[in-house]
Amino acid sequence: MPTDASALDLILRADPALLAIVRLSLIVSLSAVACAALIGIPFGALIALTKFRGRNAVIVILNALMGLPPVVVGLVVYLLLSRSGPLGTLGLLFTPAAMIIAQTILVAPIIAALARQTIEDLYVEYRDELDAMNVGPLQRVATLIRDARYSLLTSLLAGFGRAAAEVGAVIIVGGNIDGFTRVMTTAIALETSKGDLALAIGLGIILLILVMAVNALAWAMRRVGERYAG
Amino acid sequence: MAMRAPLSDLPVKLEDVSLLAREVTILDHVTLTFAAGAPTVLIGPNGSGKTSLMRVAMGLVPPTSGRVTFGGRIDVPPLRRAIVFQRPVMLRRSALGNLRYALAAANVARAERSKRADKLLRLVGLSRLGDRPARRMSGGEQQRLAIARALAKEPEILFLDEPTASLDPAATKITEDIIQGIAARGIKIVMSTHDLGEARRLGGEIVLMHRGRIVEAADTATFFNSPKTDAARRFVAGELLV
Repeated sequence: MPTDASALDLILRADPALLAIVRLSLIVSLSAVACAALIGIPFGALIALTKFRGRNAVIVILNALMGLPPVVVGLVVYLLLSRSGPLGTLGLLFTPAAMIIAQTILVAPIIAALARQTIEDLYVEYRDELDAMNVGPLQRVATLIRDARYSLLTSLLAGFGRAAAEVGAVIIVGGNIDGFTRVMTTAIALETSKGDLALAIGLGIILLILVMAVNALAWAMRRVGERYAG
Repeated sequence: MAMRAPLSDLPVKLEDVSLLAREVTILDHVTLTFAAGAPTVLIGPNGSGKTSLMRVAMGLVPPTSGRVTFGGRIDVPPLRRAIVFQRPVMLRRSALGNLRYALAAANVARAERSKRADKLLRLVGLSRLGDRPARRMSGGEQQRLAIARALAKEPEILFLDEPTASLDPAATKITEDIIQGIAARGIKIVMSTHDLGEARRLGGEIVLMHRGRIVEAADTATFFNSPKTDAARRFVAGELLV
Protein backbone atom coordinates (compact mmCIF):
# COMPACT_ATOMS: atom_id res chain seq x y z
CA MET A 1 0.00 0.00 0.00
CA PRO A 2 1.43 3.37 -0.89
CA THR A 3 2.53 5.51 2.01
CA ASP A 4 3.48 9.16 2.56
CA ALA A 5 7.08 7.99 2.44
CA SER A 6 6.67 6.77 -1.13
CA ALA A 7 4.96 10.03 -2.06
CA LEU A 8 7.88 11.95 -0.61
CA ASP A 9 10.22 9.61 -2.42
CA LEU A 10 8.64 10.61 -5.72
CA ILE A 11 9.19 14.25 -4.88
CA LEU A 12 12.73 13.79 -3.62
CA ARG A 13 13.68 11.69 -6.64
CA ALA A 14 12.23 14.42 -8.84
CA ASP A 15 10.18 11.81 -10.66
CA PRO A 16 10.01 12.90 -14.33
CA ALA A 17 6.31 12.07 -14.70
CA LEU A 18 5.49 14.07 -11.60
CA LEU A 19 7.60 17.00 -12.72
CA ALA A 20 5.95 17.01 -16.15
CA ILE A 21 2.53 17.25 -14.53
CA VAL A 22 3.66 20.05 -12.20
CA ARG A 23 5.24 21.91 -15.11
CA LEU A 24 2.10 21.72 -17.24
CA SER A 25 -0.06 22.76 -14.29
CA LEU A 26 2.06 25.84 -13.75
CA ILE A 27 2.09 26.72 -17.44
CA VAL A 28 -1.69 26.39 -17.74
CA SER A 29 -2.60 28.20 -14.52
CA LEU A 30 -0.04 31.01 -14.84
CA SER A 31 -0.99 31.58 -18.47
CA ALA A 32 -4.66 31.70 -17.50
CA VAL A 33 -3.92 34.19 -14.71
CA ALA A 34 -1.87 36.35 -17.10
CA CYS A 35 -4.66 36.34 -19.70
CA ALA A 36 -7.28 36.98 -17.04
CA ALA A 37 -5.22 39.86 -15.63
CA LEU A 38 -4.96 41.45 -19.07
CA ILE A 39 -8.74 41.31 -19.33
CA GLY A 40 -9.76 41.69 -15.69
CA ILE A 41 -7.64 44.59 -14.47
CA PRO A 42 -8.53 47.06 -17.27
CA PHE A 43 -12.17 45.96 -17.08
CA GLY A 44 -12.21 46.39 -13.30
CA ALA A 45 -10.57 49.81 -13.67
CA LEU A 46 -13.09 50.84 -16.30
CA ILE A 47 -16.01 49.99 -14.02
CA ALA A 48 -14.29 51.63 -11.04
CA LEU A 49 -13.72 54.93 -12.82
CA THR A 50 -16.85 55.33 -14.90
CA LYS A 51 -20.47 56.03 -14.10
CA PHE A 52 -23.05 54.56 -16.46
CA ARG A 53 -26.57 53.31 -16.40
CA GLY A 54 -26.72 49.77 -15.06
CA ARG A 55 -23.33 50.01 -13.35
CA ASN A 56 -24.62 48.48 -10.12
CA ALA A 57 -26.11 45.57 -12.05
CA VAL A 58 -22.76 44.99 -13.77
CA ILE A 59 -21.02 44.95 -10.38
CA VAL A 60 -23.53 42.47 -8.96
CA ILE A 61 -23.15 40.20 -11.99
CA LEU A 62 -19.37 40.47 -11.87
CA ASN A 63 -19.31 39.55 -8.19
CA ALA A 64 -21.65 36.64 -8.87
CA LEU A 65 -19.37 35.39 -11.64
CA MET A 66 -16.63 34.95 -9.06
CA GLY A 67 -18.47 31.81 -8.06
CA LEU A 68 -18.79 30.35 -11.57
CA PRO A 69 -19.01 26.53 -11.32
CA PRO A 70 -15.93 25.11 -13.09
CA VAL A 71 -17.85 22.22 -14.61
CA VAL A 72 -20.32 24.64 -16.21
CA VAL A 73 -17.44 26.67 -17.65
CA GLY A 74 -15.85 23.44 -18.82
CA LEU A 75 -19.08 22.38 -20.49
CA VAL A 76 -19.57 25.74 -22.24
CA VAL A 77 -15.98 25.81 -23.49
CA TYR A 78 -16.33 22.18 -24.56
CA LEU A 79 -19.43 23.03 -26.60
CA LEU A 80 -17.67 26.01 -28.15
CA LEU A 81 -14.53 24.07 -29.06
CA SER A 82 -16.04 20.71 -29.97
CA ARG A 83 -15.94 19.75 -33.62
CA SER A 84 -19.55 20.79 -34.18
CA GLY A 85 -19.18 23.96 -32.09
CA PRO A 86 -18.64 27.49 -33.45
CA LEU A 87 -14.91 27.35 -32.72
CA GLY A 88 -14.46 23.70 -33.58
CA THR A 89 -12.33 24.43 -36.64
CA LEU A 90 -9.58 25.76 -34.38
CA GLY A 91 -8.93 22.24 -33.17
CA LEU A 92 -8.25 23.33 -29.62
CA LEU A 93 -10.32 20.81 -27.71
CA PHE A 94 -8.25 18.49 -25.51
CA THR A 95 -5.21 20.74 -25.70
CA PRO A 96 -3.53 22.89 -23.03
CA ALA A 97 -4.85 25.94 -24.92
CA ALA A 98 -8.42 24.84 -24.22
CA MET A 99 -7.53 24.45 -20.55
CA ILE A 100 -6.05 27.96 -20.49
CA ILE A 101 -9.22 29.35 -22.11
CA ALA A 102 -11.44 27.63 -19.55
CA GLN A 103 -9.35 28.77 -16.61
CA THR A 104 -9.16 32.31 -17.99
CA ILE A 105 -12.97 32.42 -18.03
CA LEU A 106 -13.01 31.21 -14.43
CA VAL A 107 -10.35 33.58 -13.17
CA ALA A 108 -11.10 36.80 -15.09
CA PRO A 109 -14.24 37.67 -13.06
CA ILE A 110 -12.34 37.17 -9.81
CA ILE A 111 -9.53 39.48 -10.89
CA ALA A 112 -11.94 42.02 -12.39
CA ALA A 113 -14.20 42.14 -9.32
CA LEU A 114 -11.33 42.46 -6.86
CA ALA A 115 -9.52 44.98 -9.07
CA ARG A 116 -12.70 47.04 -9.36
CA GLN A 117 -13.05 47.24 -5.61
CA THR A 118 -9.36 47.97 -5.03
CA ILE A 119 -9.13 50.66 -7.70
CA GLU A 120 -12.42 52.26 -6.71
CA ASP A 121 -11.33 52.51 -3.07
CA LEU A 122 -8.07 54.14 -4.10
CA TYR A 123 -9.85 56.47 -6.52
CA VAL A 124 -12.09 57.75 -3.74
CA GLU A 125 -8.89 58.68 -1.93
CA TYR A 126 -7.02 60.11 -4.92
CA ARG A 127 -9.77 61.74 -6.92
CA ASP A 128 -9.53 65.29 -5.56
CA GLU A 129 -5.76 65.36 -5.91
CA LEU A 130 -5.85 63.99 -9.47
CA ASP A 131 -8.53 66.53 -10.37
CA ALA A 132 -6.44 69.32 -8.89
CA MET A 133 -3.37 68.16 -10.83
CA ASN A 134 -5.48 68.03 -14.01
CA VAL A 135 -4.50 64.42 -14.67
CA GLY A 136 -6.10 62.94 -17.80
CA PRO A 137 -8.21 59.75 -17.87
CA LEU A 138 -5.57 57.35 -19.17
CA GLN A 139 -2.93 58.70 -16.82
CA ARG A 140 -5.43 58.29 -13.97
CA VAL A 141 -5.93 54.63 -14.78
CA ALA A 142 -2.18 54.07 -15.03
CA THR A 143 -1.61 55.86 -11.71
CA LEU A 144 -4.29 53.92 -9.88
CA ILE A 145 -3.12 50.56 -11.22
CA ARG A 146 0.47 51.40 -10.36
CA ASP A 147 -0.29 52.62 -6.85
CA ALA A 148 -2.66 49.73 -6.15
CA ARG A 149 -0.25 47.16 -7.54
CA TYR A 150 0.42 45.40 -4.25
CA SER A 151 -3.29 45.04 -3.58
CA LEU A 152 -3.89 43.94 -7.16
CA LEU A 153 -1.28 41.26 -6.65
CA THR A 154 -3.62 39.77 -4.07
CA SER A 155 -6.35 39.55 -6.69
CA LEU A 156 -3.95 37.77 -9.03
CA LEU A 157 -3.15 35.36 -6.24
CA ALA A 158 -6.79 34.68 -5.61
CA GLY A 159 -7.08 33.96 -9.32
CA PHE A 160 -4.07 31.68 -9.27
CA GLY A 161 -5.49 29.82 -6.29
CA ARG A 162 -8.73 29.28 -8.14
CA ALA A 163 -6.97 28.17 -11.33
CA ALA A 164 -4.48 25.86 -9.67
CA ALA A 165 -7.09 24.17 -7.51
CA GLU A 166 -9.93 23.63 -9.99
CA VAL A 167 -10.45 20.30 -11.66
CA GLY A 168 -13.90 20.38 -13.24
CA ALA A 169 -13.18 22.64 -16.20
CA VAL A 170 -9.76 21.32 -17.18
CA ILE A 171 -10.82 17.71 -17.05
CA ILE A 172 -13.71 18.39 -19.44
CA VAL A 173 -11.83 20.50 -22.00
CA GLY A 174 -8.38 18.93 -21.50
CA GLY A 175 -9.41 15.30 -21.28
CA ASN A 176 -6.66 14.44 -18.75
CA ILE A 177 -4.45 12.96 -21.48
CA ASP A 178 -1.28 11.49 -20.04
CA GLY A 179 1.76 13.56 -20.95
CA PHE A 180 -0.26 16.15 -22.81
CA THR A 181 -3.10 17.67 -20.78
CA ARG A 182 -2.71 16.00 -17.40
CA VAL A 183 -2.32 18.57 -14.63
CA MET A 184 -1.98 18.18 -10.88
CA THR A 185 -5.66 18.31 -9.98
CA THR A 186 -6.82 15.95 -12.71
CA ALA A 187 -3.94 13.60 -11.97
CA ILE A 188 -4.80 13.58 -8.27
CA ALA A 189 -8.43 12.76 -9.09
CA LEU A 190 -7.42 9.99 -11.51
CA GLU A 191 -4.70 8.42 -9.36
CA THR A 192 -6.94 8.45 -6.31
CA SER A 193 -9.68 6.67 -8.24
CA LYS A 194 -7.07 4.12 -9.42
CA GLY A 195 -5.81 3.63 -5.89
CA ASP A 196 -2.31 4.94 -6.70
CA LEU A 197 -2.15 7.20 -3.71
CA ALA A 198 1.61 7.81 -3.81
CA LEU A 199 1.46 10.00 -6.88
CA ALA A 200 -1.77 11.61 -5.73
CA ILE A 201 -0.32 12.49 -2.34
CA GLY A 202 2.96 13.63 -3.89
CA LEU A 203 1.10 15.98 -6.23
CA GLY A 204 -1.12 17.13 -3.38
CA ILE A 205 1.92 18.04 -1.30
CA ILE A 206 3.46 19.96 -4.21
CA LEU A 207 0.18 21.75 -4.89
CA LEU A 208 -0.06 22.85 -1.26
CA ILE A 209 3.57 23.98 -1.19
CA LEU A 210 3.11 25.93 -4.41
CA VAL A 211 0.02 27.73 -3.20
CA MET A 212 1.70 28.56 0.12
CA ALA A 213 4.90 29.69 -1.59
CA VAL A 214 3.02 31.99 -3.95
CA ASN A 215 1.05 33.45 -1.06
CA ALA A 216 4.19 33.94 1.01
CA LEU A 217 5.85 35.71 -1.91
CA ALA A 218 2.87 38.00 -2.36
CA TRP A 219 2.74 38.74 1.36
CA ALA A 220 6.45 39.62 1.30
CA MET A 221 6.01 41.85 -1.74
CA ARG A 222 3.11 43.61 -0.09
CA ARG A 223 5.15 44.24 3.04
CA VAL A 224 8.01 45.60 0.99
CA GLY A 225 5.57 47.77 -0.92
CA GLU A 226 4.03 49.19 2.24
CA ARG A 227 7.48 49.89 3.59
CA TYR A 228 8.84 51.68 0.56
CA ALA A 229 5.76 53.10 -1.09
CA GLY A 230 3.67 53.84 1.99
CA MET B 1 7.29 90.01 -34.55
CA ALA B 2 4.76 90.83 -31.87
CA MET B 3 4.90 88.57 -28.81
CA ARG B 4 1.62 87.64 -27.20
CA ALA B 5 1.65 87.63 -23.38
CA PRO B 6 0.59 84.29 -21.87
CA LEU B 7 -3.03 84.28 -20.81
CA SER B 8 -3.46 84.77 -17.10
CA ASP B 9 -6.04 83.06 -14.87
CA LEU B 10 -6.15 86.18 -12.70
CA PRO B 11 -8.33 87.70 -11.59
CA VAL B 12 -10.55 84.80 -10.58
CA LYS B 13 -14.04 86.22 -10.33
CA LEU B 14 -17.09 84.63 -8.79
CA GLU B 15 -20.20 86.36 -10.07
CA ASP B 16 -23.41 85.73 -8.15
CA VAL B 17 -22.34 82.14 -7.54
CA SER B 18 -24.63 79.72 -5.75
CA LEU B 19 -23.97 76.09 -5.02
CA LEU B 20 -26.61 73.62 -3.97
CA ALA B 21 -26.12 70.03 -2.90
CA ARG B 22 -29.28 67.98 -2.52
CA GLU B 23 -31.38 71.08 -1.99
CA VAL B 24 -28.99 72.38 0.68
CA THR B 25 -27.52 75.78 -0.09
CA ILE B 26 -23.75 75.64 0.28
CA LEU B 27 -22.95 78.98 -1.39
CA ASP B 28 -25.57 81.68 -1.60
CA HIS B 29 -25.14 84.33 -4.30
CA VAL B 30 -21.44 84.91 -3.70
CA THR B 31 -19.68 87.64 -5.65
CA LEU B 32 -15.97 87.91 -5.01
CA THR B 33 -12.75 88.66 -6.87
CA PHE B 34 -9.33 87.18 -6.24
CA ALA B 35 -6.82 89.49 -7.87
CA ALA B 36 -3.04 89.44 -7.76
CA GLY B 37 -1.66 90.84 -4.55
CA ALA B 38 -1.56 90.09 -0.84
CA PRO B 39 -3.11 86.88 0.51
CA THR B 40 -6.85 86.64 0.94
CA VAL B 41 -7.91 84.81 4.09
CA LEU B 42 -11.34 83.23 4.35
CA ILE B 43 -12.66 82.94 7.88
CA GLY B 44 -15.95 81.79 9.32
CA PRO B 45 -17.46 78.95 11.28
CA ASN B 46 -17.51 75.34 10.10
CA GLY B 47 -19.99 74.86 7.29
CA SER B 48 -19.91 78.50 6.28
CA GLY B 49 -18.79 77.56 2.77
CA LYS B 50 -15.06 78.35 2.81
CA THR B 51 -13.95 75.02 1.37
CA SER B 52 -16.72 74.97 -1.23
CA LEU B 53 -15.89 78.49 -2.29
CA MET B 54 -12.26 77.51 -2.88
CA ARG B 55 -13.28 74.39 -4.82
CA VAL B 56 -15.56 76.45 -7.02
CA ALA B 57 -12.92 79.14 -7.51
CA MET B 58 -10.36 76.45 -8.33
CA GLY B 59 -12.73 75.15 -11.00
CA LEU B 60 -13.16 71.72 -9.44
CA VAL B 61 -16.87 72.12 -8.75
CA PRO B 62 -19.21 73.89 -11.18
CA PRO B 63 -21.56 76.37 -9.54
CA THR B 64 -25.28 75.64 -9.60
CA SER B 65 -25.87 79.19 -10.76
CA GLY B 66 -23.75 82.24 -11.45
CA ARG B 67 -20.37 81.99 -13.13
CA VAL B 68 -16.69 81.85 -12.43
CA THR B 69 -14.20 83.50 -14.75
CA PHE B 70 -10.46 83.12 -14.91
CA GLY B 71 -8.81 86.18 -16.39
CA GLY B 72 -12.12 86.91 -18.07
CA ARG B 73 -12.44 83.40 -19.53
CA ILE B 74 -14.69 80.56 -18.48
CA ASP B 75 -14.06 76.79 -18.35
CA VAL B 76 -10.30 77.17 -18.08
CA PRO B 77 -8.56 73.94 -16.95
CA PRO B 78 -6.57 74.31 -13.71
CA LEU B 79 -3.17 74.55 -15.32
CA ARG B 80 -2.17 77.68 -13.44
CA ARG B 81 -4.28 77.23 -10.33
CA ALA B 82 -3.42 74.87 -7.50
CA ILE B 83 -5.03 73.77 -4.28
CA VAL B 84 -3.88 72.09 -1.10
CA PHE B 85 -6.75 70.31 0.60
CA GLN B 86 -7.23 70.33 4.34
CA ARG B 87 -6.21 66.69 4.48
CA PRO B 88 -3.92 66.31 1.49
CA VAL B 89 -3.61 62.79 0.15
CA MET B 90 -0.11 61.65 -0.60
CA LEU B 91 0.36 59.29 -3.52
CA ARG B 92 1.87 55.93 -2.64
CA ARG B 93 5.42 56.83 -3.46
CA SER B 94 8.31 58.76 -1.96
CA ALA B 95 8.26 62.50 -1.30
CA LEU B 96 10.35 63.00 -4.43
CA GLY B 97 8.09 60.60 -6.30
CA ASN B 98 5.08 62.73 -5.40
CA LEU B 99 6.80 65.82 -6.72
CA ARG B 100 8.00 64.14 -9.90
CA TYR B 101 4.45 62.94 -10.51
CA ALA B 102 3.06 66.45 -10.10
CA LEU B 103 5.75 67.82 -12.39
CA ALA B 104 4.90 65.21 -15.02
CA ALA B 105 1.20 66.10 -14.70
CA ALA B 106 2.23 69.72 -15.26
CA ASN B 107 3.98 68.66 -18.49
CA VAL B 108 7.46 69.49 -17.22
CA ALA B 109 10.08 67.80 -19.41
CA ARG B 110 11.43 64.57 -17.91
CA ALA B 111 15.01 65.88 -17.88
CA GLU B 112 13.93 68.87 -15.81
CA ARG B 113 11.92 67.00 -13.21
CA SER B 114 14.61 65.84 -10.80
CA LYS B 115 16.18 69.28 -10.60
CA ARG B 116 12.82 70.95 -10.12
CA ALA B 117 11.72 68.38 -7.53
CA ASP B 118 14.89 68.95 -5.50
CA LYS B 119 14.30 72.68 -5.65
CA LEU B 120 10.71 72.31 -4.45
CA LEU B 121 11.80 70.06 -1.60
CA ARG B 122 14.37 72.66 -0.56
CA LEU B 123 11.72 75.38 -0.69
CA VAL B 124 9.62 73.58 1.93
CA GLY B 125 12.58 72.41 3.99
CA LEU B 126 12.25 68.70 3.23
CA SER B 127 15.46 68.12 1.32
CA ARG B 128 16.59 65.36 3.63
CA LEU B 129 13.34 63.44 3.34
CA GLY B 130 13.13 63.06 -0.43
CA ASP B 131 13.35 59.28 -0.38
CA ARG B 132 10.94 58.78 2.48
CA PRO B 133 7.54 57.27 1.65
CA ALA B 134 5.25 60.30 1.66
CA ARG B 135 2.55 58.55 3.65
CA ARG B 136 4.99 57.84 6.44
CA MET B 137 5.83 61.49 6.97
CA SER B 138 4.38 63.50 9.86
CA GLY B 139 1.27 65.61 9.39
CA GLY B 140 3.31 68.82 9.18
CA GLU B 141 5.75 67.31 6.71
CA GLN B 142 2.90 66.03 4.54
CA GLN B 143 1.32 69.47 4.58
CA ARG B 144 4.58 71.04 3.42
CA LEU B 145 5.04 68.36 0.78
CA ALA B 146 1.49 69.01 -0.43
CA ILE B 147 2.35 72.71 -0.80
CA ALA B 148 5.49 71.83 -2.75
CA ARG B 149 3.47 69.48 -4.94
CA ALA B 150 0.93 72.22 -5.62
CA LEU B 151 3.75 74.55 -6.67
CA ALA B 152 4.94 72.04 -9.29
CA LYS B 153 2.69 73.63 -11.89
CA GLU B 154 3.97 77.11 -11.06
CA PRO B 155 0.49 78.42 -10.27
CA GLU B 156 -0.59 82.01 -10.38
CA ILE B 157 -3.02 81.37 -7.56
CA LEU B 158 -2.76 78.84 -4.73
CA PHE B 159 -5.73 77.84 -2.60
CA LEU B 160 -4.89 76.52 0.86
CA ASP B 161 -7.69 74.93 2.87
CA GLU B 162 -6.84 75.33 6.55
CA PRO B 163 -3.17 74.60 5.96
CA THR B 164 -2.23 74.69 9.62
CA ALA B 165 -5.23 72.90 11.11
CA SER B 166 -4.05 70.20 13.55
CA LEU B 167 -0.43 71.37 13.40
CA ASP B 168 1.51 72.24 16.55
CA PRO B 169 2.88 75.79 16.97
CA ALA B 170 6.33 74.91 15.62
CA ALA B 171 4.92 73.24 12.50
CA THR B 172 2.44 76.10 12.12
CA LYS B 173 5.29 78.63 12.18
CA ILE B 174 7.22 76.71 9.53
CA THR B 175 4.13 76.45 7.32
CA GLU B 176 3.25 80.12 7.74
CA ASP B 177 6.80 81.10 6.79
CA ILE B 178 6.53 78.98 3.66
CA ILE B 179 3.20 80.60 2.78
CA GLN B 180 4.67 84.07 3.24
CA GLY B 181 7.61 83.07 1.06
CA ILE B 182 5.27 81.89 -1.68
CA ALA B 183 3.22 85.10 -1.48
CA ALA B 184 6.44 87.10 -1.71
CA ARG B 185 7.17 85.36 -5.03
CA GLY B 186 4.02 86.89 -6.44
CA ILE B 187 1.73 83.89 -6.22
CA LYS B 188 -1.75 84.86 -5.10
CA ILE B 189 -2.65 83.00 -1.89
CA VAL B 190 -6.25 82.30 -0.95
CA MET B 191 -6.48 80.40 2.31
CA SER B 192 -9.00 79.51 4.97
CA THR B 193 -8.38 79.34 8.68
CA HIS B 194 -10.13 79.28 12.02
CA ASP B 195 -7.17 80.98 13.66
CA LEU B 196 -7.77 84.73 13.81
CA GLY B 197 -4.14 85.30 14.80
CA GLU B 198 -3.03 83.52 11.67
CA ALA B 199 -5.50 85.56 9.61
CA ARG B 200 -3.94 88.75 11.02
CA ARG B 201 -0.39 87.52 10.42
CA LEU B 202 -0.88 86.34 6.84
CA GLY B 203 -3.88 88.14 5.44
CA GLY B 204 -3.84 91.18 3.24
CA GLU B 205 -7.58 90.88 2.88
CA ILE B 206 -10.08 89.10 5.12
CA VAL B 207 -13.35 87.59 3.93
CA LEU B 208 -15.82 86.53 6.60
CA MET B 209 -18.31 83.88 5.52
CA HIS B 210 -21.41 82.62 7.26
CA ARG B 211 -24.08 80.24 5.98
CA GLY B 212 -22.76 80.35 2.44
CA ARG B 213 -22.76 84.11 2.20
CA ILE B 214 -20.03 86.71 2.37
CA VAL B 215 -20.74 88.71 5.48
CA GLU B 216 -17.86 91.14 5.19
CA ALA B 217 -14.71 91.57 3.13
CA ALA B 218 -12.08 94.18 3.90
CA ASP B 219 -8.34 94.68 4.20
CA THR B 220 -6.93 93.11 7.33
CA ALA B 221 -6.45 96.28 9.39
CA THR B 222 -9.93 97.57 8.59
CA PHE B 223 -11.57 94.22 9.24
CA PHE B 224 -10.03 93.73 12.66
CA ASN B 225 -9.97 97.37 13.80
CA SER B 226 -13.31 98.61 12.54
CA PRO B 227 -15.57 95.80 11.36
CA LYS B 228 -18.71 97.12 9.75
CA THR B 229 -21.20 94.34 10.37
CA ASP B 230 -22.47 93.10 13.70
CA ALA B 231 -21.53 89.51 12.75
CA ALA B 232 -17.94 90.55 12.00
CA ARG B 233 -17.71 92.52 15.26
CA ARG B 234 -18.93 89.53 17.23
CA PHE B 235 -16.65 87.11 15.34
CA VAL B 236 -13.60 89.27 15.93
CA ALA B 237 -14.57 89.56 19.59
CA GLY B 238 -14.49 85.79 19.82
CA GLU B 239 -18.22 85.20 19.96
CA LEU B 240 -19.66 82.16 18.21
CA LEU B 241 -21.56 82.68 14.99
CA VAL B 242 -24.32 80.09 14.86
